[in-house]
Amino acid sequence: MTKKVFWGVLAAASAVAGFASADTLDDVKARGKLICGTSTGLAGFSAPDANGRYEGFDVAYCRALAGAIFGDPEAVDFKPLTTTNRFSALSAGEVDVLARNTTWTLTRDVDLKNTFIGVNYYDGQGFMVPKELGVTSARELDGATVCIQTGTTTELNLADFFRANNISYEPVPIETNAEAQQQYLAGACDVYTTDASGLAATRASFEAPGDHVILPEIISKEPLGPLVRQGDDHWADIASWTLNALIAAEELGVTSANIDELSESTENPEIARLLGTEGNLGEMLGLSQDWAANAIKAEGNYGEIFEKYIGEGTPIGLARGLNAQWTEGGLLYAPPFR
Amino acid sequence: MEVKPYVRTAMLDGKPAPVTSSGPAGWLKKNLFDGPWNTAATLVALVVVFLLLSHLLPWVFQSVWNAENLAECREIIDATWGPEHSGACWAVIHDRYLQLIYGFYPWDFLWRPNLTFAMMLVAIAPVLFTQLPRKMLIFSCLFPFIGAWLLWGGSIWQPVMVLAGFGIGAAAFRYLAKVNRILSIAAAIVLPVIWWVFVMETVVHGLHAVIPLGLEPVQSNQFGGFMVSIIIGLTAITCSLPLGIMLALGRQTELFIVRTFSVGFIEFIRGVPLITLLFVASTLLNYFMPPGTNFDLIVRVIIMATLFSSAYIAEVVRGGLAALPKGQYEAADSLGLDYWQAQQLIIMPQALKIAIPGIVSTFIGLFKDTTLVSIIGILDPIGLSNAIRADSAWNGIYWELFAFIGFVFFIFCFSMSRYSMYLERKLNTGHR
Amino acid sequence: MAIASDPPKGGFQLSQLIYDTRYRSMTIQVATLIGVLALVFWLGANVTENLAELGKPIDFGFLGEPAGYDINQRLIEYDNQDIHARAAFVGLLNTLLVAFLGCILATVVGVLVGVLRLSHNWIVAKIMTVYVECFRNVPVLLWIVLAMAIMIEALPQPRDFRGDDPAASMLFDAFAFTNRGVYIPEPLFSRSLGDFSFFGIFDISIDLIAILAVLAAGIFTAKKIGAQADQIQNQTGIRPKTWPKTAGVILVPLLAILAILGFHLGYPALKGFNFDGGTHLRNSLIALWLALSFYTAAFIAEIVRGGIMAISKGQSEAAAALGLRPNRIMRLVVLPQALRIIIPPLISQYLNLTKNSSLAIAVGYMDLTGTLMGITLNQSGRELECVMLTMLIYLAISLCISGAFNIYNQRVKLKER
Repeated sequence: MTKKVFWGVLAAASAVAGFASADTLDDVKARGKLICGTSTGLAGFSAPDANGRYEGFDVAYCRALAGAIFGDPEAVDFKPLTTTNRFSALSAGEVDVLARNTTWTLTRDVDLKNTFIGVNYYDGQGFMVPKELGVTSARELDGATVCIQTGTTTELNLADFFRANNISYEPVPIETNAEAQQQYLAGACDVYTTDASGLAATRASFEAPGDHVILPEIISKEPLGPLVRQGDDHWADIASWTLNALIAAEELGVTSANIDELSESTENPEIARLLGTEGNLGEMLGLSQDWAANAIKAEGNYGEIFEKYIGEGTPIGLARGLNAQWTEGGLLYAPPFR
Repeated sequence: MEVKPYVRTAMLDGKPAPVTSSGPAGWLKKNLFDGPWNTAATLVALVVVFLLLSHLLPWVFQSVWNAENLAECREIIDATWGPEHSGACWAVIHDRYLQLIYGFYPWDFLWRPNLTFAMMLVAIAPVLFTQLPRKMLIFSCLFPFIGAWLLWGGSIWQPVMVLAGFGIGAAAFRYLAKVNRILSIAAAIVLPVIWWVFVMETVVHGLHAVIPLGLEPVQSNQFGGFMVSIIIGLTAITCSLPLGIMLALGRQTELFIVRTFSVGFIEFIRGVPLITLLFVASTLLNYFMPPGTNFDLIVRVIIMATLFSSAYIAEVVRGGLAALPKGQYEAADSLGLDYWQAQQLIIMPQALKIAIPGIVSTFIGLFKDTTLVSIIGILDPIGLSNAIRADSAWNGIYWELFAFIGFVFFIFCFSMSRYSMYLERKLNTGHR
Repeated sequence: MAIASDPPKGGFQLSQLIYDTRYRSMTIQVATLIGVLALVFWLGANVTENLAELGKPIDFGFLGEPAGYDINQRLIEYDNQDIHARAAFVGLLNTLLVAFLGCILATVVGVLVGVLRLSHNWIVAKIMTVYVECFRNVPVLLWIVLAMAIMIEALPQPRDFRGDDPAASMLFDAFAFTNRGVYIPEPLFSRSLGDFSFFGIFDISIDLIAILAVLAAGIFTAKKIGAQADQIQNQTGIRPKTWPKTAGVILVPLLAILAILGFHLGYPALKGFNFDGGTHLRNSLIALWLALSFYTAAFIAEIVRGGIMAISKGQSEAAAALGLRPNRIMRLVVLPQALRIIIPPLISQYLNLTKNSSLAIAVGYMDLTGTLMGITLNQSGRELECVMLTMLIYLAISLCISGAFNIYNQRVKLKER
């Protein structure tokens, strides 16, 4: 008897939580808030500050998306997810979009029924070793002990790399970046491998960053991007074009500083279309006319976000590299807004 | 020859014990230096204690409480005690203690968890200390609703209407009991469920539209730190008590099917690690619900923790039932009480009294086990310590956070275990 | 509870199902059965529907695909081209290994501490109390993480062993304590008999089997000699000296087989990045093992203390009156009796330890949780299958342990007449 009452109360409690239906945009609008899945803490990409406000490169994308939908970049809740429950949280509708430095792979896209909506950071797996070991290439790492952050594609890449080069290694799987850093610094492993951005961020936080080198080999392609559930193309379009808007804004020279000025008077028809002063792109997406302007206002364009959280001016200190605009030799190439 | 017996007629005064067996010296000899083995053990123990303290105390006390980040901490330590010294950097605790306690609960609303905690102490008091007036138990029953409302916020009508469900059940039971007892029990179960699942939502909306009383809602992903440990631990143990009692009774009953299910459930839950159940909460529970249902992660964890502890509570209660003399059951039967009356009036009051220390230690275990939720991404103290270490200001800090978390857990659990020992002593004086 | 009531006249009425105690238990049981079946069916239907919607029907096929990841700690051969099922098996063996080692150490430490807590030496008793309280009242996850951190920070890294004037050196040139783990000499056989493949799943060294067989035969013969000596003692009252014979039958064949197999020790030596040769006990294993053991030992100590204190004082006084010394009183009189009280809660502590070993993930020890419910789950995305399978395996382990100990418990139980 008590059991049934218990379930009843639970059902009542859960009724508050809401339901996910086929059209995510309607759900999000009805809720008044976007729910965005992020990592539990990765310096530069997403980490809560002392006031509990999430900040970082991935987080900024979610704020932009919230801006595009509601015109209010703060209308977003963040849900920290682990590598294990991120996909199931997305498919169960717990989060509307997952921006958690997730590598775009075929399996994840097809077999796990997700839709990747683009790439917000082109990464690759690298190695970091202490300078005193005198290692200059990853091929010299025969017999080394390698710290890996577990639960990612890194384990598979690592196994592939050492197998392809026919050398042996001893893997030390570690749960979090902080833990891995401690083990590496104490010498419990010779090498630390993870995405190159993570390596740079980790090295930047060392007491003596100069004592450690990042080896030249990048052993994998790691296109990191936000993703949504498969089966709601409309929602995927919104998420994907918001990312494109941020990238296009940088290409077109639209920044959070000059956006108000530009939306009032611009000669460039593409900027006008992007900012909604011309055409009806917003309407097509089911959003307001100034959706892209709101997205850009949230934290700036792609370049501004990059510089603010992970660029060379930050402790993370990443160079643009592959993540420069295509006009500057990078891979960022937003489709045209027309 | 006359033998003259010597008989002392006056009583002698007691003499003080020899110096070696009284006073501090005597105590020392008896307790520390009684024979070569004992002396050796004492010396070894002293060396161990000295080594531990000589390393630990300077670290703990020659430390920094005020600094912005780890680098500054290290500079201050270098400047004050020299580069060789390794002192703790408690500044991280000073900087983040609110976060470690409340997680990301909005700073403006901290009075809400504080008030809830204070009310919790009042609500628990009559359960823990029997000498307090019984009327306080009414407040204990209301507390879960008040507490949940304070923490999560939202319309006040939500908890009131959930309570109203219980009211409906009680009313149905009372009035229909005159008509038909079985019907009344069925109605007492079915009506509230119908109310909660189908009717309540509308009523709450309606009432809220008319009288908008409420608190600013707080999402549960803003909960964290020790608050989350306490919420999960306490809710789960409270919810698991009725479930555990039912399971214990189910295990004892002669009804074969009921017994099989109870045993199966208890053995299954006790046979798997809590972490697998938490994985179920974090990844699978949505699969078991109707499509589209979406639970809050903390609610899901509370559900699994409840199921987990109910199996352990069931075993504790079973121990209490087994400890009751058979005469009690027979006496209840001979009075003509039926099963439920006997349980309610005779068996359970005694069995639960015996089981309380066990229940408390189950709670301590569950409270400690709440740290496992960090593995599924809830920011409990350990999860938060990882998040804090991901912040560039405190990147590389280690021992201080864990020492603090360990210390707080120790205070909580130690005081609870002392309480349970006090109870055990109190109960031992009774009949048994 | 059964109340005799006259059978009602006028045939069966529906209300009898509820009011008649003869039928009521049936009604309740059927109702429960229907309720539980409905619940199970409801859950199952939900799962099917949800999975169909996701397009991910339950399928254990992924277990047969190559795992693609490496596992450092393994008891059987494994490389990254082996299938997920084998990776899970490696994890299972690792779970069993740490649980087995943990139970042994926890028992030893627990019994020692439990006895020492009752010591007359004030300071020893107090230290043990502090130990028990510290370990019992702090979450085991913290202890595991701390044990790992202490190992990593306190022990030298392999690099420190290098150079002319190394910062660290090996113990007896045979043991190396590093923060990657402990390297100890390994037994090697220069004329090895090779391995015996067990259904192609794992290999067992025939050398080991041979040695164990010889040892078992030796011990069996020694027992025979002992029994013979007992017989002689019973007949003549004089016990012949047996130890030279006993030692002979055990040691001589053992040494002989070792010599035949060409037994020698392989010492670890620094080579490249790491020590090479010898047996490597990884620090994740050691940290997990120590943390679990000392945590569980604190509980066992309390159980042991409770068991000893439950033995009436008259027992130890009677033993003292017989002239037994204190440690013999403990060993011969108190402990055997206390054991009967100690064993049931001890079993549940063993179960707890085994279940707590699933926290290995915190230190990167690849147990069942780390392989099947960790990397395999992440790589394949099959949450339902992985988690369910993991739960079933843990359940099976738990039931086996409690089953085995319950049988033992039945045997040592006081035969009450």
